[in-house]
Amino acid sequence: MSTIDKKQAEEFIESVITQYEEKTYKDRKTHIEVVEPGQEKCAVKSNRKSRPGVITMRGCAYAGAKGVVWGPIKDIINVSHGPVGCGQYSWSSRRNYYNGTTGVDSFGTMQFTSDFQEKDIVFGGDAMLRELLREANQLFPLNRGLSVLSECPIGLIGDDIEAVSREISKEIGKPVIPCRCEGFRGVSQSLGHHIANDTIRDWIYEKDLEGQKFEKGPYDVALIGDYNIGGDIWSSRKILEDMGLNLVAQSTGDSTFSELANVAQAKVVLIHCYRSMNYISRYIEEKYNVPWLEFNFFGPTQIIKSMRKIAEMFDDKIKEKTEKVIAEKYQPYFDKIVSKFKPRLEGKKAMLFVGGLRPRHTMPAFHDLGVEIMLTGYEFAHGDDYQRTLEYVNETTIIVDDMSEFEMDNFLEKYKPDLFGSGIKEKYQTQKSGIPFRQMHSWDYSGPYHGVEGFAVFARDMDMAINGSVWKNIKAPWKA
Amino acid sequence: MSKDIKIKDHITLFNDERFSEMFDRKRELYENAATKEEVAKTLEWTLGEEYKDLNFKREHLVINPLKSCQPLGALYAAIGIDDTMPYVHGSQGCAAYFRSHFCRHFKEPFPAVSDSMTEDAAVFGGHNNMYVGLDNVYKLYKPGMVAICTSCMSEVIGDDLNNFVKNAKEQGKIPADFPTAYAHTPSFVGSHINGYDNMMLSLVSQIGEKTGEVKDRINVILGFDTYIGNFREIKRILGLFGVDYILISDPSYNLDSPTDGHYKMFNGGTKLEDLKDAPNSKATLLLQKYSTAKTREYMEKEWGHPVKVVNPFGIKGSDDLMMAIAELTGKEIPTEIENERGRFIDAIGDSYFWVHGKSFSLNADPDYAIGLTRFVMELGGDIKHVLLTNGSKDWEAEIKGILAEYPQGKDAEVYANKDMWHFRSLLATDPSDFIIGNTFAKYLMRDTGIPLIRIGFPLFDRQFLHRYPTIGYMGGLNLLNWIVNTILDETDRKTMYTTSYDVIR
Repeated sequence: MSTIDKKQAEEFIESVITQYEEKTYKDRKTHIEVVEPGQEKCAVKSNRKSRPGVITMRGCAYAGAKGVVWGPIKDIINVSHGPVGCGQYSWSSRRNYYNGTTGVDSFGTMQFTSDFQEKDIVFGGDAMLRELLREANQLFPLNRGLSVLSECPIGLIGDDIEAVSREISKEIGKPVIPCRCEGFRGVSQSLGHHIANDTIRDWIYEKDLEGQKFEKGPYDVALIGDYNIGGDIWSSRKILEDMGLNLVAQSTGDSTFSELANVAQAKVVLIHCYRSMNYISRYIEEKYNVPWLEFNFFGPTQIIKSMRKIAEMFDDKIKEKTEKVIAEKYQPYFDKIVSKFKPRLEGKKAMLFVGGLRPRHTMPAFHDLGVEIMLTGYEFAHGDDYQRTLEYVNETTIIVDDMSEFEMDNFLEKYKPDLFGSGIKEKYQTQKSGIPFRQMHSWDYSGPYHGVEGFAVFARDMDMAINGSVWKNIKAPWKA
Repeated sequence: MSKDIKIKDHITLFNDERFSEMFDRKRELYENAATKEEVAKTLEWTLGEEYKDLNFKREHLVINPLKSCQPLGALYAAIGIDDTMPYVHGSQGCAAYFRSHFCRHFKEPFPAVSDSMTEDAAVFGGHNNMYVGLDNVYKLYKPGMVAICTSCMSEVIGDDLNNFVKNAKEQGKIPADFPTAYAHTPSFVGSHINGYDNMMLSLVSQIGEKTGEVKDRINVILGFDTYIGNFREIKRILGLFGVDYILISDPSYNLDSPTDGHYKMFNGGTKLEDLKDAPNSKATLLLQKYSTAKTREYMEKEWGHPVKVVNPFGIKGSDDLMMAIAELTGKEIPTEIENERGRFIDAIGDSYFWVHGKSFSLNADPDYAIGLTRFVMELGGDIKHVLLTNGSKDWEAEIKGILAEYPQGKDAEVYANKDMWHFRSLLATDPSDFIIGNTFAKYLMRDTGIPLIRIGFPLFDRQFLHRYPTIGYMGGLNLLNWIVNTILDETDRKTMYTTSYDVIR
């Protein structure tokens, strides 16, 4: 039984979006669809411009390139090139955990900026950038490279960051990677991911840069598209190691320049966040003939399914080891977690609105705990993501692309879910409405949510949110 | 009953040996990492004198700065006006960042729209974005006013807000009489405090209507003050005085709204009719100087009424505040305020000996830096370093003057335009006993071992601090509480396994 009735939902959606001005109405109509389980095609339009003035939840290309792809690489210095704000607001806010000594051999939670002033806008910032990169290399000699992440003005004033990067790279003998991820490019974070992937291609693989040499073996894999939010990649890595696989590189969570270069040296590239890194996996397949495989390490059903799918790429030794660890360790542990939390969560209804992967990847983890998904949607997905979402649809589900705050408010008010999972900007207004909330970008300062241990934390947190006592005290007792 | 299953999250999980082994293996085989010896040696070098010299020679690279950009401050001024939608003319990522930044500090929703300019706007200008943007804002959110600021993109291409707004009205996207305030707030000039000033100037100059009549009432502006408790505290104080006032920009409604099952986008703030009428008050009181400089100049010139600035922190600052209200309004200072002063002095008398003789280094926005520095000296604390990223020459001269008034300020070093990586070098080579600063100063605490007293903006990693007042005598009590009790917590930590682990302190 689904809570959502397709026809009623469609009527409701129409009543909401007719309130937009005309062009916005026409546009938004194509971004929302009510889908049924078993449906084969998703018609939702995506990766289009957000309409001005609606309060989109989206960010920009810089956020995608700096915040997601380049930012987590711990041993390079990521320079936010432009005025101070962009780097300041994205400083330490994504919880990409890493091991290392910050300011010495690791730089993930530092804010490096060229702090553009008016004179730099007028006269250009190239000369300053040159000196700045030298200063950075001198003050942080253990860095393994630098990146230049452009903010809006750079592209508008016509600076040549490529020439400066080439020159300094030659001078200091380390990679310096220019990334033209100005915030006005494209329609969301997504183009920033793509641009960042392209810079990895052009400035690492096309230049045949090498990582640390290692002894190659038949079970070498690389794990990409995991940003180690609250330790995600570490619990994922554990599973792969338990299967007998050898992780030679991970990217970009707790990653290093060496590992980034060595991704292409693996036998198989495993990709978690398809949206943000599929570009590079396709390229590596083409250039190095290394196959890639999508997997999902959220929740028991998908973890076990993914483990078997990954094991299929290898010999019987790996397959046997995989079955053994599932039967002896993981399944009993999952059973314990599910038996503890499912009785508390069964029949609850959730809505999700996240970035480019989690709106579908976390659905089965909710289903494992008996939670129904009424609505899900993406800030910056593309058509292939919506197609992939259908695989996970268990009940009639509203699918929304680039949901505006106006639509969100209406959906929450109408359907009153038991949980809404989205981002920091959405959190507090949802809670004002008396609806429990979890941040599904940052794991709400918790995590990991990936992997075996991660599922336990996920289940605990969803129970904590949905069944928190405070939500029973919203109404004053003297108000009927 | 089966034994309950123990769930470990990131705080303890990765301390397990199976993970630490994994980390070591990764580092050794794949990371191309520096050796432990190299790391230790380099770490030691970064904390030394040689590195400090090198660090201070840096001219271009800015590392861990203590400032944000103009539009952030502009949005903060706008959110304090009732029924007003803050609007960012530029790339949409800017609005997303400003909103996230504020949400993380206040733990509150922060509505603001963007008109999502992209490549085509870079070529043709952002006017079409603004027409559609204003149309949507007006239809969807039904605000009483829109307060528009700019971010980098629209500034670099030279969009003209005045014209765009005029055209939007002519085209009927918003009614001709719909109140709009707009401010140019380029991110590559100044910092968030200047953005606050620019938007405040736009609000008072574009919405304010001088009639010639002078009303028996004062205006009060707090500046870029992110302690929500201060807005309620100033209203309480003015209430005790029995003064008629207009608080221009009061975010205590929108950024501290009740959870009652219904989200409301607009919860209150300075009424539009009050904003209109503000030029007709008999005087204006500003509680910050450096975030209101242009606004002050405008008011003095155009409104022609007395504009007084006080820095309302600590004993002297709070005295100045009360005397300024009395002076501008002709009212007596109420007995209740005198009693509050007495209680504040009483509390300081009970506790200052924990502060006296200890040394402090501070970072903050310019006005807070002055107030906190003076208050620490009033408690007998020595000032070691005061470091800002968005200080000016005027600020430097003012704080040096104040430091010179107290023996506790004689050895202080002042830096108006440095960053927290400079600060790290200073604290590593010439440590103080305590740091006063915002959340990011916790990295200084980690790197130097000096305990942090959290006062400032942003405060992401503690709850509720922004709800308390910091101004006036009662606000001073909160500052005193945070300073003294952090010292006592630290004293406990230091003495835990000694005989000095006292129960009575």
